[in-house]
Amino acid sequence: MYAYDEIDRTLVNERVSEFRDQVQRRLSGELTEDEFKMLRLQNGVYLQLHAYMFRVAIPYGTLASNQLRALAHIARKYDRGYGHFTTRQNIQFNWIKLSDLPDALADLAEVGIHAMQTSGNNMRNVTSDQWAGVAPGEIEDPRIWSELIRQHTTLHPEFSFLPRKFKIAITASEHDRAAIKVHDIGLKLIKNEKGETGFEVLVGGGLGRTPFIGKTIKHFVHGRDILSYIEAILRVYNQYGRRDNIYKARIKILVHELGIEKFSREVEEEWQQIRNSSLQIDDEVIEDIRSRFTYPSYEKLPHMPDELRQAAADPDFEAWRKNSVAPHKVQGYSIVTISLKPTGGPPGDATAEQMDVLADLADKYSFGEIRVGHEQNLALPHVAKRDLPALWKALDKLGLATPNVNLITDIIACPGLDYCSLANARSIPIAQELTRRFANHELANLIGRLHINISGCINACGHHHVGHIGILGVEKNGEEVYQITIGGRADENAALGTLIGPGVKFDEVADVVEDIVEAYLALRERPEELFMDTVKRLGVEPFKERVYATR
Amino acid sequence: MPLVNGGKIVDDSFVKLAVDTPLPEGGDILVPAERFLGDAEGFLERAGKVGVIWPNNRDIAELVPYLGKIAAVALVFPTFRDGRAYSQARLLRERYDYRGELRATGQVLRDQFVFMLRAGFDAFEVKKQADAEAFMQTAKRYSVFYQPTGDGRITALHRRMQLRHSEGVGT
Amino acid sequence: MTSPLQQKLKITGPSIVTANRTWDGVVIYRTAAKDWSEQLADAAIVRNADEAKALLAESVADDVGAIGPYIAPVQVDDAGKILPGNLREEIRRTGVTIDLPV
Repeated sequence: MYAYDEIDRTLVNERVSEFRDQVQRRLSGELTEDEFKMLRLQNGVYLQLHAYMFRVAIPYGTLASNQLRALAHIARKYDRGYGHFTTRQNIQFNWIKLSDLPDALADLAEVGIHAMQTSGNNMRNVTSDQWAGVAPGEIEDPRIWSELIRQHTTLHPEFSFLPRKFKIAITASEHDRAAIKVHDIGLKLIKNEKGETGFEVLVGGGLGRTPFIGKTIKHFVHGRDILSYIEAILRVYNQYGRRDNIYKARIKILVHELGIEKFSREVEEEWQQIRNSSLQIDDEVIEDIRSRFTYPSYEKLPHMPDELRQAAADPDFEAWRKNSVAPHKVQGYSIVTISLKPTGGPPGDATAEQMDVLADLADKYSFGEIRVGHEQNLALPHVAKRDLPALWKALDKLGLATPNVNLITDIIACPGLDYCSLANARSIPIAQELTRRFANHELANLIGRLHINISGCINACGHHHVGHIGILGVEKNGEEVYQITIGGRADENAALGTLIGPGVKFDEVADVVEDIVEAYLALRERPEELFMDTVKRLGVEPFKERVYATR
Repeated sequence: MPLVNGGKIVDDSFVKLAVDTPLPEGGDILVPAERFLGDAEGFLERAGKVGVIWPNNRDIAELVPYLGKIAAVALVFPTFRDGRAYSQARLLRERYDYRGELRATGQVLRDQFVFMLRAGFDAFEVKKQADAEAFMQTAKRYSVFYQPTGDGRITALHRRMQLRHSEGVGT
Repeated sequence: MTSPLQQKLKITGPSIVTANRTWDGVVIYRTAAKDWSEQLADAAIVRNADEAKALLAESVADDVGAIGPYIAPVQVDDAGKILPGNLREEIRRTGVTIDLPV
C-alpha cells in the first residue's frame, strides 16, 4: 500500500478547500452552472437522473482497510448506505447532495482518498492489475509506476483541459487483467535485454461509440523516460485532438485519422525535445516512491495446511475455493476474489455494512489490504491458506461468497437507465435476470468461463464491445431494445464482438442469452473448449442460425 | 475586462487592433497574428510596444523569429474548456525561452489561475471583476506541485529528495 | 453545447419542464406559479411550442435554483392526472426500477 506523506496530504487538503469555495460560489449564484460544471466534474461530481453522483478514485485498485471504512462512512452519512464499484477502479455514490460534498471530500482526505479527475476532460484515475504485487510471475509491482504517473497527472497545468477524457492502465503480467488494450494509453511493464525496466506503450484504444483496440506506438520506453513519453503523447493530443465534435475528440480518433505511423512520428519528435529534461526520473525517485509502499511480512507457511485439507470435505467451501481463490506468489498464501455479483443483485454494489465487515476481515486475514478490479469485484490479496475456511464462513454470512467469479453470472454492467442521465435503456435488471437464470452453480460451471458485459447506451461504460457476450441497450420508438454481440474480449487478446442479429426487447434478452449458451454447449468440441474459443473457431453464423431460427 | 499583471489589477497600456483597425500613430498595440506576420518588420519599427494575439490552433513556432522583439504574446482561451493555449504557453517559455509578457485572454476565470501561472502566463485578462480582485488569494491556493514546468516551482518529487538528503545528513 | 433555448422545440403533445434542484440534485418540476415542485402533479402543462419556450426560458433563468431544465412529454388522463410520457421520466419520478441493496 502507498502511504501518503505530508506533501500528498497537503495537496489533497488544498484541493478540498478549493472545491469548498467553488461549491459555495455555485450555491450563492456567483458561478453559473455552465462555469461550475467543469469544476465539479474535475472533482468527480456528475448530475444523474435522480441526484448528484459522486465518483471517488481508488488508484490502481488498492485500498487500505481504514480507507474502505471511510467509503462505508460516506455511504452511510451522506448517501443511502451503499456504493457502486465501477469498471475503472472507482466507487460511485448515487444520492449525494451538492451541499454535502465538500464535507464528504474532507472526510475522505483524512484517509488519503480523493476524487480528483474522476471525471472531466483530463487524465483519469490510473488503473492497474488488481493482483499487482501478488500475482505469480509478475515482472515487478506495476503500482510503483502507477503511483508515479498518478502524481504526475494530478492537477497537471498543461493537460487539465484536454479535448476529451484520457485513461491510462498499466499491467506487469502476461495475462492482462487491466484491459490495457482498450485504454487511451496502455502500458505493459517489460524488461529489455539488459534487464532494465521499461514499457511497451499502446495508444488509441477505447470503447464507446467508436471502439478501437490500442496499437503499439513504441516497443520499449525505458522506465526513466516514461513521464516524458506520456507528456509527449499528451502534448500532441492536446494540440491536435479534435475539439469540434465531442464524439471525435478522443485520442483514438486522432490516432486513427493520422495513422499510427504519422502519430508516432509526431510523438517521437516532441519526445526528443523533452526526454532529457527534469521529467527524467532517476532511480532514487523510484526508490522513494517504492519505499512508501508497504508490503506484508509473510510467514513461512505450508502449501497445504490442515485447515484446508479438513475443509475440503465441505462441497460448498470447495466450490467457492475452486472458483474464487487464486495462487499467490508466496507459498501458503492465496488471492481471494470477492464476488459482488450475488444472484439477483446489482453488479458491483456493496453496502456500508459489507464494506465495514470486509475491512475487518482484511485486517484479520489480509494484512489490512483490499483490492478493486475492473470486473467490479473486490479481492483480498494476501490470505493465508489456513485462514480460507474461516474467511469463507465470514464472507458467506455477508452474502459475499457467491462462487461465480469469471462465470456467466459474473456480469459487468453499467448503472443504465435506472440511474444514468446518458442511458437509453436499463442494464441492472437485465443483469439481475441473467443471474437468476443461471443461478445453478453446476450449470454455470458446466458452461465455464464466460463474460457477459452490459451497457445501457453507446458510451459503453459496461464494456459491451469486449464482453464474450455483449449487450447494448438502445432506445427505439420509445422502447428499450438490446443489441447482442458475441466474440469480444478484454484481455491480452482483446477483440471487439460481432453483432449476432437484430435487436431484441427487454423481456427477450435473457431468453436470447440462454439460446446462445445452448448453442455453445451443442457446438463446442469438448467441455474444455471455452465459449470464446468456440466462437473463434466457428464464427458468428452457427450461433445466429440457432438463436434466430425460431424468432 | 480587468487586467491582472504582476499580481495586481493594472491599466492596460495595450490597444487591441482588429484585422482592419487603422494603425494608431503611437502607443502600445496588440496585433492579430495574421496581420502581424503580414508586415512584421513594419510593426516592429514603429514607436510603442508591439504584442501579438496568437490563435490557439496555429503553430506557435511561427512566432519564434520575432520573440526577441515583441513585448507581449496574448494567447486565447475561446472557452475555459479549450486547453490548447496551455501547451503554447509552455512551449513559448520553456522551449523558445520567451521572456516578455504572456497574457491569457478569452474565458479566463479564477479557477484556472494556478494552471495558467504554472504554464508561464504572467498577465490575465480576467472575465469577472471579482475574480481579478481574488487573484493573489487564488494564486496561493496550492503549495504543492507534482509536475516540473518552467515556472521553477519545486516539485513534490524533488522536495522529497531534498528531505531524504537532509535526513541522511543528520543520521 | 447549444443552450436549451436555442434548440428547436418540437412539441407533439402535453409537456412540462423538469430539472434537478441545485443544492441537492432532487428532481423538480416547473409550476405555473413560477416556482419548482417535487411533485409532477404540480407541473405547469404546455401544449405548443410558444408556451413551451416561455416556460423553459423562465426555468433556465433560475440558474441558481435548478440545473439543466428541459422539456419532457407527459400524458394527461381523463381525470386530469399527469403521467410521465416515457420510461426515463417515469424512472425520474418514481426512482430506480430495482430494489436498492439497502
